Amino acid sequence: MEIEIDGKVANVPDGSTIMDAAQQLGTYIPHFCYHKKLSIAASCRMCLVQVEKAPKPLPACATPVTNGMKVFTHSDLAIKAQKGVMEFLLINHPLDCPICDQGGECQLQDLAVGYGDGNSRFQEDKRVVFLKEVGPLISMQEMARCIHCTRCVRFGQEIAGIMELGVANRNMHSEIMTFVGRSIDSELSGNMIDLCPVGALTSKPFRYSARSWELSRRKSISPHDSIGANLSVQIKNNRVMRVLPRENDDVNECWISDKDRFSYEALNSPVRLTRPMVRVDGVLQEVEWNVALDYVAHALKDIAAKDGGSSIASLASPHSTLEELYLLQKLTRALGSGSVDFRPRRCDFSNDGKLAGIPWLGMRLSEIKELDAVLVVGSFLRKDHPLFAQRLRQVAKKCGKISLLSVVQDDPLIKLHAGISVRPDELPIILASVVKAAAQLKNEAVPAGLENVVPCEASQAIAKSLFVGERSAIFLGNVAEQSPYAASLHALTMELARLTNAKFGFIGEAANSAGGYLAKATPTALNANEMFAQPQKAYILLGVEPELDCHNPQQAVDSLKSAALVVVLTSFSDLAARDYADVLLPIAAYTETSGTFINTEGRVQSFNGISRPIGETRPAWKVLRVLGNLLDQSGFDYESSEDVRSEMLSPGEGFVIGLNNSLRRAAWSLPEVASGLQRIADVPIYFTDPLVRRASALQKTNDASMPMARMSALTFEATGVTEGAKVRLKQGNGEVVLISKVDDTVPVGCVRVAAAHPSTAALGEMYGSINVERA
Amino acid sequence: MAILGAINPMLSLGLDGDNAWRLADYVNRGGYSALRRILEGKIAQGDVINEVKKSVLRGRGGAGFPTGLKWSFMPRSFPGDKYVVCNSDEGEPGTFKDRDILRYNPHAVIEGMIIAGYAMGASRGYNYIHGEVWEVYQRFEEALAEARSACMLGNNILNSDFDFDLFAHHGYGAYICGEETALLESIEGKKGQPRFKPPFPASFGLYGKPTTINNTETFASIPYIINLGGEAYLEAGKANNGGTKLFSVSGHVNRPGNYEIPLGTPFATLLDMAGGMRGGRKLKACIPGGSSAPVLPAAAIMDCTMDYDSISKAGSMLGSGAVIVMDETTCMVRALERLAFFYFEESCGQCTPCREGTNWLYKVIHRIENGKGRQEDLDLLGSVTTNIMGRTICALGDAASMPVQSFVKHFRDEFAYHIEHKKCLVPVDVQRAGSGFFTATI
Repeated sequence: MEIEIDGKVANVPDGSTIMDAAQQLGTYIPHFCYHKKLSIAASCRMCLVQVEKAPKPLPACATPVTNGMKVFTHSDLAIKAQKGVMEFLLINHPLDCPICDQGGECQLQDLAVGYGDGNSRFQEDKRVVFLKEVGPLISMQEMARCIHCTRCVRFGQEIAGIMELGVANRNMHSEIMTFVGRSIDSELSGNMIDLCPVGALTSKPFRYSARSWELSRRKSISPHDSIGANLSVQIKNNRVMRVLPRENDDVNECWISDKDRFSYEALNSPVRLTRPMVRVDGVLQEVEWNVALDYVAHALKDIAAKDGGSSIASLASPHSTLEELYLLQKLTRALGSGSVDFRPRRCDFSNDGKLAGIPWLGMRLSEIKELDAVLVVGSFLRKDHPLFAQRLRQVAKKCGKISLLSVVQDDPLIKLHAGISVRPDELPIILASVVKAAAQLKNEAVPAGLENVVPCEASQAIAKSLFVGERSAIFLGNVAEQSPYAASLHALTMELARLTNAKFGFIGEAANSAGGYLAKATPTALNANEMFAQPQKAYILLGVEPELDCHNPQQAVDSLKSAALVVVLTSFSDLAARDYADVLLPIAAYTETSGTFINTEGRVQSFNGISRPIGETRPAWKVLRVLGNLLDQSGFDYESSEDVRSEMLSPGEGFVIGLNNSLRRAAWSLPEVASGLQRIADVPIYFTDPLVRRASALQKTNDASMPMARMSALTFEATGVTEGAKVRLKQGNGEVVLISKVDDTVPVGCVRVAAAHPSTAALGEMYGSINVERA
Repeated sequence: MAILGAINPMLSLGLDGDNAWRLADYVNRGGYSALRRILEGKIAQGDVINEVKKSVLRGRGGAGFPTGLKWSFMPRSFPGDKYVVCNSDEGEPGTFKDRDILRYNPHAVIEGMIIAGYAMGASRGYNYIHGEVWEVYQRFEEALAEARSACMLGNNILNSDFDFDLFAHHGYGAYICGEETALLESIEGKKGQPRFKPPFPASFGLYGKPTTINNTETFASIPYIINLGGEAYLEAGKANNGGTKLFSVSGHVNRPGNYEIPLGTPFATLLDMAGGMRGGRKLKACIPGGSSAPVLPAAAIMDCTMDYDSISKAGSMLGSGAVIVMDETTCMVRALERLAFFYFEESCGQCTPCREGTNWLYKVIHRIENGKGRQEDLDLLGSVTTNIMGRTICALGDAASMPVQSFVKHFRDEFAYHIEHKKCLVPVDVQRAGSGFFTATI
């Protein structure tokens, strides 16, 4: 299709709109309701342009290109139409730019300069719109500013998968609101603030704290989930004021999750640890850096000399940077120990020796949209991976078949082809039944060990869907990785992928779940579970809070309490670890240090420190480097984090080499289904890591509410507990009391009790057996 | 009796007695013979459409688009469902003909829709009935049940291999749902808001399938066209304006009501049929086609014949045939204020010019009526209407603007008097006398 816009000729594919063609030509057509990632509303009418032979101006966003079309965006007719629309948009707008948070970055303000008149002909009373209270993240205080572009409404329907905002009423009384009294709870809700072209939806935490022109914009990478969303961090006076998405269509498109967006509040929180602390006479006291580091170096040397280096274990958070993970393992190994790990939430490590390469997504994120069928195994999909779920949602919209095989029936807000939820110990069996169904469909011999498995209707439907299209994929989620049957699930998935010719991979637990393997932060001696099951003399903890981050916090804390030395590198002072830590070393948060995250597709994303470390905190890679020096180890002479990185990656390497999900000698076993109650532990979205746990606005959301003991009505009946009553939950030698709740999305015989929360930290394994009794 | 008078009637012929709406009565009047002839004679789909084309039946809902042509836009070889939808969401102020058709001759609509379904290869139909005439909806459901039990609906209609089923659907009274794409949204269970066109319903209509939407009266005319033959139907009216049409006459006449007359009948004849001007007062103005049609002053309308072309030539629209008659006691500012309020209220609020513009228009006219007008207001009204017209998603913006433009154009002096003297040119007691609710005489 050939089209001429203002004399410039473009060739566009059939079905393109005038707006598409104009963007190709770099011609700007003013607009409000149009957004490239949302459906066309054609309602703001700002993009009216003149089209040759059309008697009326036509909206560029919705008018399909016809061959030979001639468009004029600046003709008298077009300009008159655009100015007319601008006048209409402004008559009921409060024009309160001087006190509006959007001032300086407002599309209406910008376009009003070009298309608005100096004086208003509107002499009547303006519309009054009452404020709405919709939760701690989004402010709907000044809804009179709304121009009804409905971007927020369409975002909810199309991207977030849930229509939390809608247009109520009609005519001039139309207003954007939630269903009566409801709050906005989507984990992607903050994007509506970005989408709003005016100051109607604004960020509550950021409100009135800075003007957009006072902020300097710096590039960064999200330290939270495994997508590695690209961020634009905005800073004023060395303080992070807000975080916005930085567009990268291959990674986060133009979205970020609320976790990525609002976790910055923790960076400025009063509970940041700003000075090193050392336990003196049983009490943690602030000391100078050199004192603290000397203390650590001497203590480690002593233990290595007395008990052997192998009695030292190191555990890092998978949210640490590549450089930090690398130096931690290098230091630990230099001390003579192979007990280093970065996967505190795992418990089944039996595949560790069989990995053919670095486990990863198995494909690029940008390839997801081309998939015809997807099976996700073991995931709290929407809360664990908001942006990944969003990509799958788009696949489902285009008639891709998405199936979910997990332990609860949480609504992923994706139209599912099939959804199965089973007890955690049944997960391998149900996956095996899909494998068997696939083998039968392919007329292959039933894989060994699956002879007695009987595929149900749903698992047959799943197997079938994986054969239908050309491109299918199987993804293992956090539940699959953290389950006691992780190795079998991995092996079964590999077999299913072989049978169906699908790609398979791991969605990834955290920002550096792939990077940790590259950094060799994997054990050659004791793994994250064994290092606590067999108490060690000394522990070095990097960015982990064992009571919240470990698979079995009870076991971890017991071992830490009995250790001779516990060194904690942390950004925060309000740690439970103050009970047993001997040294607290304040380390910089992600905005204050340079580093690298390898996202789940193996993408290398390095970033710079963009604000000065708060107080006396230091980047962790520098702390580990100095410790290496103080321990008289060679090879710790790095000048920069780039020096560290270059030991793992060659410069300019965009994707990590050696990504491979295959297992050598793959084997699975199908567990006997236990008789007692089982725990299902989700990691609530706003408790996943130390940063987000201290982000004050996020902590006020419904997703951050107090964990409850959730059971199905049948389970309540079986345990004899009254619905809604307080219950005592026991695992090992620990117990907690929680309020119970009927939740029929939980399989019978299971109790859903969240991990990663102080109220459940006394419990044991995430997926172990559990006792419930009346409190 | 529903129809107060007629000249050469078709639709309203023989509608006497309480049971005229029943299937038996309709069959006695020759009902369902057209359908029977088509199905038994295995008349080709294209021939049916051609017959409709020959009749020059123009859409009775307001736009006057040739029905046969519209039917021929439906993709013939489309695989899967196609729909015919009847627009009985009669909400235009002044219009009340579809209500009476459904009330007294519902089977004509049903038969017309079945024939339409046959001609366009659709197997499903919906009749969207205005939400404020509940008893009409109930009666239509009864009529559907009658038709279904007589094998006129369902599978193998009249033992042919043609399947068609028809469902009644009622709205809740929003004017905008009479806009065809808003109507489709409403049937789909969504908020009644017009869609952007293209794509047009003939390619992407109800549930995304090819759909043809016609007015109630249009469908009701189809059996008569098939029975009479297209040419005879055309001759019943006037060239390019086939057939007879129902006119809803309201306002300052002695016998307001529905009248069926051949298109091309002089306005004066229609006025006479409606009993002439109430109290023998002088005609001041007339809105010939429902409230969204431009108003015509007495002299202009008295020269018109009631057909699409003549009214259009005079500067207005035949629209849905709602003739609103105003005598000399009418305050034109007040009349326009009421109309502007209607369009402001009924704007769906989706697109900017209509949402903001209709409200602005109402506020200004309201001010003028209440003695707070400004000299520049009349030009402002003109400018605001031009900024609305042609820039909205649907025609409601135009519908709101045309009355304003025409009232100000034809009665500018009266508006200016209002602004200057802060009162009406027509004294209040005269206005009250003319309203008919007060006994005072002029």
